Amino acid sequence: MSNPVELKEGRNQLFSDPDADAARQFFRQKSRAMVNKVTTVREAVKTLLKDGDYIAIGGFGANRIPTAVLHEIARQGKKNLAFAGHTSTHDMQILVGGGCIDRLDIAYIIGLEARGLSPSSRRAVESGNIKLTEWTNATLSWRLKAAAMGLSFLPARNILGTDTFNYSAAKEILCPFTGQKYAAYPALYPDFAAIHVHECDVYGNARVLGASVSDQDLARASKRVVLTTERIIPNDEIRHTPHATFIPFWCVDAVVEVPFGSYPGNMPYEYFSDEEHLREWLTVEKDPEEFRKFYRKQILDTKDFYEYLELNGGIERILKLRAIENLVANNKEK
Amino acid sequence: MADYNPMELMICVAARNLEDGATVVVGTGAPCAAAMLAQKTHSPNLTIMFEAGGVAPFLPSMPISVGDSRTFHKAILASSMPDVMETCQRGMVDYTFLGGAQIDMYGNINSTMIGDNHARPKVRFPGSGGANDLASLCWRTMMMTPQDAKRFTEKCDFITSPGYLQGGNSRYEAGLPKGTGPYRIITNMAIMGFDEISKRMKVLSVNPGYDREDIQANCGFELMWADRLTDTEPPHADELRILREQVDPHRYIIGR
Repeated sequence: MSNPVELKEGRNQLFSDPDADAARQFFRQKSRAMVNKVTTVREAVKTLLKDGDYIAIGGFGANRIPTAVLHEIARQGKKNLAFAGHTSTHDMQILVGGGCIDRLDIAYIIGLEARGLSPSSRRAVESGNIKLTEWTNATLSWRLKAAAMGLSFLPARNILGTDTFNYSAAKEILCPFTGQKYAAYPALYPDFAAIHVHECDVYGNARVLGASVSDQDLARASKRVVLTTERIIPNDEIRHTPHATFIPFWCVDAVVEVPFGSYPGNMPYEYFSDEEHLREWLTVEKDPEEFRKFYRKQILDTKDFYEYLELNGGIERILKLRAIENLVANNKEK
Repeated sequence: MADYNPMELMICVAARNLEDGATVVVGTGAPCAAAMLAQKTHSPNLTIMFEAGGVAPFLPSMPISVGDSRTFHKAILASSMPDVMETCQRGMVDYTFLGGAQIDMYGNINSTMIGDNHARPKVRFPGSGGANDLASLCWRTMMMTPQDAKRFTEKCDFITSPGYLQGGNSRYEAGLPKGTGPYRIITNMAIMGFDEISKRMKVLSVNPGYDREDIQANCGFELMWADRLTDTEPPHADELRILREQVDPHRYIIGR
């Protein structure tokens, strides 16, 4: 017999409990009642999110994001949150600007893809004031999938041999059937998730159009889920096309109708991202004092998402973004 | 003399490496331009995939995010991140492209941080995103990058995405899928591959206007050289025309 293989472990902290039985105990007492869950953003954030929680955000950074909930988290001054940084771009900017995060599972943060880097997110991460554990986009997806499956881990074949592994909280394991070495990823059961969808009924049966990122698993893995939706549709429509249901009601705790709710992010088939406004963020963030003022005016001093939207051009602006989304406008701006 | 810039050269060379019928996962920017160019020239049946779930779109313009609406415009599939990554893990994805702040002689890439303290980095970059996943799981990884001695470094401050790790068989001994790894590094000066045994970076062809001395002087480690070193074929007129008129008419990428 050959020497036993040495199995390595990532050295950084695990910010959430992967225990499957603990999760089952939670889900055992979670309501399965198909009742009207329509509420306000303020009420949903107040009652479903507490300081210290682990949170995850649906969509993909500046695509199909629940902006109203993100703003409200900052307005209510939620603190010491852990955050799943699973391609988190504008969502990260909002949470970091509000000083809401102190632990971060990083796959992709700071960057806004082709738009460039966020100076404020970068300062926050370089400051040493946020605890960091490295992951990757697929790894966080699979951690959510493990939770959605009701497990405590899943094996996969990425990140082995790299510093991304060394600074994660993953562990190497051997396949009991083939002896193949795998990275084992602890299940991620977020305390709170917010997801913006195209349509749902008052019970939380929801539909998403376009690329779904990890939201199918995120909705199932999370203990408390808020949906914001472009529009509320009758339950009859859901029952007419059940194959289109992306998230079922029993995953959902609160439903809020927030038309244009992904602004300034892209909402597929509805409106494109507001590149001018996102550029304004990146520019203003260069000076911390200017950014504080901008953030106060845009988010802390606005009473809700609609006041913020109005401040940035309101419906007229949305109509322009809708034209860009539908490729019917002069597309110069993009 | 040359009527093209280094970015145009790198994109044209990258596009030639994507054969018809292949699958490729790309990000925004130059890789996406290379895939679009390949599709509009020799590889009409190239399947372009994006990590947020868009598969085989007709790209109406350059996406600004790998999850924006363009990435599944008139697509075959608007799927999910786990689906795309699991397709890579099953061995169905041939190519991917990565970028980074540092690369070493085994093709290991750093896109996470500069410094020696992870908790308090001197400079923090976005991090892996899907880069490590794609470098681990796609068959062949390519990189397009300007070349200088700081970027092409003896030792990465942080290995975000795996190349051949410590060389030889170390990549597969670590557990990464057999037969995967870095394939081509396309710079403004040269095209590199990797030695079959040692897995060290090896210059395969020299770009117009450069020589061996330039290439070694702009690399922080000792390069290997192919026995039959060739000259890189410059961009053809039709490649440049399609790249400029159809792929990137606003010069978002090729104007950099």
